[in-house]
Amino acid sequence: MAQYVLRRVLIAIPTLFIISVVIFAILALAPGDPLAQFALNPAIPESTRELIRIQFGLDQPWYVRYVKWLTALVRGDWGFSFSTRGPVIDLIWQRLPQTLIVVGTAYVIAVLMAIPIGVISAVKQYSVFDQVATFIAFIGFSVPSFFTGLALMLVFAINLKWFPIVYNSTLNLAGWDGIVEQVRQMTLPVTVLVVQQTAALTRFMRSSMLDNLPLDYVRTARAKGLADRMVIIRHVLRNSMIPVVTLIALGIPTIFAGAIITENLFRVNGIGQLLITSIQNSDTPVVMAITFIFACLTVVFNLIADVLYGVLDPRVRYG
Amino acid sequence: MSEADQTMTSSSMTDAAASIRQLQLGVSAKPRTLLGDAWRRFRRHKLAMVGAGVLIFMTLAVTAGAWWYERYLVDQLAQSGIPVTAENPDIRVLIDHLDFLALLSPPTHVHPFGTDDLGRDLLARCIYGGRVSLAVGFVAMLIAISLGTVIGAAAGFFGGVVDQALMRLTDLFLSLPSVPLILLTVYLFRDPVIQAMGSPEAGIFVIVVTVIGALAWMQTARVVRATFLSLKEKEFVEAARCLGISRTAIMFRHILPNAISPIIVAATLEIGSAIIAESTLSFLGVGFPPDTPTWGRLVTDGSQYLQAAPWLALIPGALIFLTVLSINFMGDGLRDALDPRSRL
Repeated sequence: MAQYVLRRVLIAIPTLFIISVVIFAILALAPGDPLAQFALNPAIPESTRELIRIQFGLDQPWYVRYVKWLTALVRGDWGFSFSTRGPVIDLIWQRLPQTLIVVGTAYVIAVLMAIPIGVISAVKQYSVFDQVATFIAFIGFSVPSFFTGLALMLVFAINLKWFPIVYNSTLNLAGWDGIVEQVRQMTLPVTVLVVQQTAALTRFMRSSMLDNLPLDYVRTARAKGLADRMVIIRHVLRNSMIPVVTLIALGIPTIFAGAIITENLFRVNGIGQLLITSIQNSDTPVVMAITFIFACLTVVFNLIADVLYGVLDPRVRYG
Repeated sequence: MSEADQTMTSSSMTDAAASIRQLQLGVSAKPRTLLGDAWRRFRRHKLAMVGAGVLIFMTLAVTAGAWWYERYLVDQLAQSGIPVTAENPDIRVLIDHLDFLALLSPPTHVHPFGTDDLGRDLLARCIYGGRVSLAVGFVAMLIAISLGTVIGAAAGFFGGVVDQALMRLTDLFLSLPSVPLILLTVYLFRDPVIQAMGSPEAGIFVIVVTVIGALAWMQTARVVRATFLSLKEKEFVEAARCLGISRTAIMFRHILPNAISPIIVAATLEIGSAIIAESTLSFLGVGFPPDTPTWGRLVTDGSQYLQAAPWLALIPGALIFLTVLSINFMGDGLRDALDPRSRL
C-alpha cells in the first residue's frame, strides 16, 4: 500500500512541476512589457527604467527568472498585488474561507442527493422515476450555471424576496439570527452549484450501479435469500461506490471552477471573484497565483482519487 | 421494431413485385445499410429527434432567418419607431440601431424579443450572437476533434515510447484547470492576436476557439487510442500491410473509420461544451469585445436590468440552454444509434 501511494505521489510531483512551467511560460511568452506604464511617464527616464528592470531581475534569462519565481512560490512569497499593494498570499487567505464554505456545502449536498437518486434510477431502470431523473440530469448539465443563477435570482430574490440578491460577507455570525441570515444568503449560490454537480454525479452513480447489477455475486446474494434492500445497499452499492468515490474526488476542482461564475453572479467575495476582478485590473501576480492554486487543487485531488481507488479496490494496487 | 414492420407492410402494399420477392426470400426488398440502420435507431430516440430539429431550426434562424428578419425589422421600424437610415441595412447595422421610442420595451410585434436600455432590438442581437456562438462551438469542436484524433491515432498505432509520451501529455492536459487557464490565456494574449488579425472580433474568435479546442481533445484521444490498440493487430490491418499500403493510409483509411462512431458522439457533445465555455467567458467579461453581442454577453448586459426587463437576460440565456440541451440529447441519440452492440 505504502509503495502504491509513494508511486502516485512521485508521479504527481513532476506533473505539478510541468504545470508551473506551463503557467510561467504563458506569462513569459505573453507580449507586453511589465514596465510599459513607466515608458509613458516623462518623470521616469530611460536610465531609471533600466535600473528598475535590473532591480526586479527582468534583465536575466527566462530560466533564471523561472527558478527564482518557483523558489519564491515554494517559500510562500507570492509577490504583491498591483492594485491593493498588499501581499498576494494575504489577499488569498482573506478570500478563501468564503469560497470554501459555499463550495463545500454545495458539494456535500450534491453528493448526498446524487447517490440515492442514482441508486433508485438504476434499480428501477426505465421507470418513471428513472426517466424523470434522466431528463432533469440532462437539463442540469446543459444549463449554463450563470443562467440557473439568474433565473433563481429573478424568482426567489427579486420577485418572492425570500433570499438576498447580494452576498454579504461582513455579516455578524454571532447568535441565531446571524446563522439564519448566513444560511439564507448562501442558499442561492449553493443551489446553482448543487444543480450542476448533482446532474453529473447522478449519471455516474446510475451507470456504475447498472454495471454491477447483472453480475454473478448479486445473483448469489439474492439466491441465498437476502432481502432486496440488503442486496442493493450492502452488496451492489458498496461495489458501485468504488469508481464514484474517485469521481467525487476528481469533481472537486471543477466545482471550484464553477464557483468562479456563482461568486461573480452573487457577489460572494471569494477567490473566484478575486480572479475576475484581477483580470479586469490587469493584476498579473494575483491572476498567476490563483491559476496556480487551481492547478494544485486539480493535481492534489487527482492524487487523492488515485489513492482512494487503490484503497478501495485492491486490483488497482497490484495491477 | 414496429416502425420497421410498418415500412415493410407499406412497401409491400405499394410494390407488389417486391412483396412477392420478399415472401419468397424472406428478406426486405431494399438492402439494409449501416447508415440506414443508424438512422432508424436514431429516429426512435424521440428527444434526439427533437434536439436535431431544434438545432436545424437554430442554424436556419441565424442564416436564412436573419435575411428575412432584416426586411421585417426595417419595415416595422419605418412604420412605428425610429427608421433605419442606412441603405440596405444588414444584421450588423441593425444590432446597433437605436430605437429611442422603445427603450427597454417588452416583446412587441415591432421587437419580438423586446429591446435593451438603448432601444436596440434583442432578436437582431440574438441572431447575430447565435452566429458567433454556433461558429465558436463548431470550430472549437473541429480543433479539439482533429487534435484528439491525430494524437490518439499516433499513440495507439505506434505504441511504445510514442504512446507513453503522448499519454503522459494527455494526463497532463487533463490535470490542467481549464476554466482559469482559458481566462488567463485570453487575458494575456488578447491584444496581440487582435492586432495580428486586424479586427477585435476576428482576433478574439481565433484565440477563444484555439484555447477552448486545445483544452478539450483529451477524451477523444483516449477513445481513438483504445480503438487503435484493439484493431491494429487484426487480420485486415495485416492484409493491408501485406499489400504494401503506407502506414498513414492504414491509420486513417483502414483503422480510423472503425473509430468514427465514438468520434461523432464526442464531436457532438464538444460543440455543446464549447458553446457553454464561450458564453461563460463572455458572461465573465473576458470574451468577445463589448460591441459584439454574443449570447453570453447579452446575458451579462441583461442581468443589470433583471428587475425592470427580465427578458433581456432570460431570452439569450434560454437560447444557450436550449441549444446545448438539444446538442446533448442529439449526442445521446447518436451514441445509441451508432453503438454496434445495439444493432438490430
